[in-house]
Amino acid sequence: MNELNAKIKQVIEGEDVALFMKGTPQMVMCGNSLRALEALRSAGAPVTAVDILPDPAIRQELSALSGWPTIPQVFVRGELVGGADIVEELAESGELEQTLAEKLGPDYRDSRDEKTVAVV
Amino acid sequence: MAGMPTETLRALLVDAFPDATELAVEDRTGTGDHFQVTVASSRFQGLSLLDQHRLVNEALAAPLADGTIHELRIKTKGTA
Repeated sequence: MNELNAKIKQVIEGEDVALFMKGTPQMVMCGNSLRALEALRSAGAPVTAVDILPDPAIRQELSALSGWPTIPQVFVRGELVGGADIVEELAESGELEQTLAEKLGPDYRDSRDEKTVAVV
Repeated sequence: MAGMPTETLRALLVDAFPDATELAVEDRTGTGDHFQVTVASSRFQGLSLLDQHRLVNEALAAPLADGTIHELRIKTKGTA
């Protein structure tokens, strides 16, 4: 296993809510990444964002790990939730909040902080 | 890179979902690389949204892997 692979795994497994996106929450570089971010924000999720643009290898390693071909990708406590369409749909139906409450506890909104981490 | 006609995508989806009661492919930008696909199929019945989208991603694995599709939006509907 290489270092990048290990770092990506560490984020997926170690962060409550991990969002792999194009750009950062401060400077989103893709409409779908923005849709996923806004859906997570609307549910009050504590988002840890990873910008995949600095190195094409990030996306390759990530997709190999998750089996999901496109960006963005959202994970809650190590489990893939889906891409922008799924997260948006789950946010609209209220299921996203349910999942977050189940996995992170009912007070998950209190811990809300948005941060960005780098893997390269 | 040259874009992909919606018919090509449509053919891949028809292969994967021969029973589809609804199957739409929209080229969102007219450039053959940003698509919205809508599929209603009995294959989705009982599956999570994640697994439903996985089936669509699998059907379009080749153009997703080689970069022909830059952006893919998916809407799935399970039918009985």
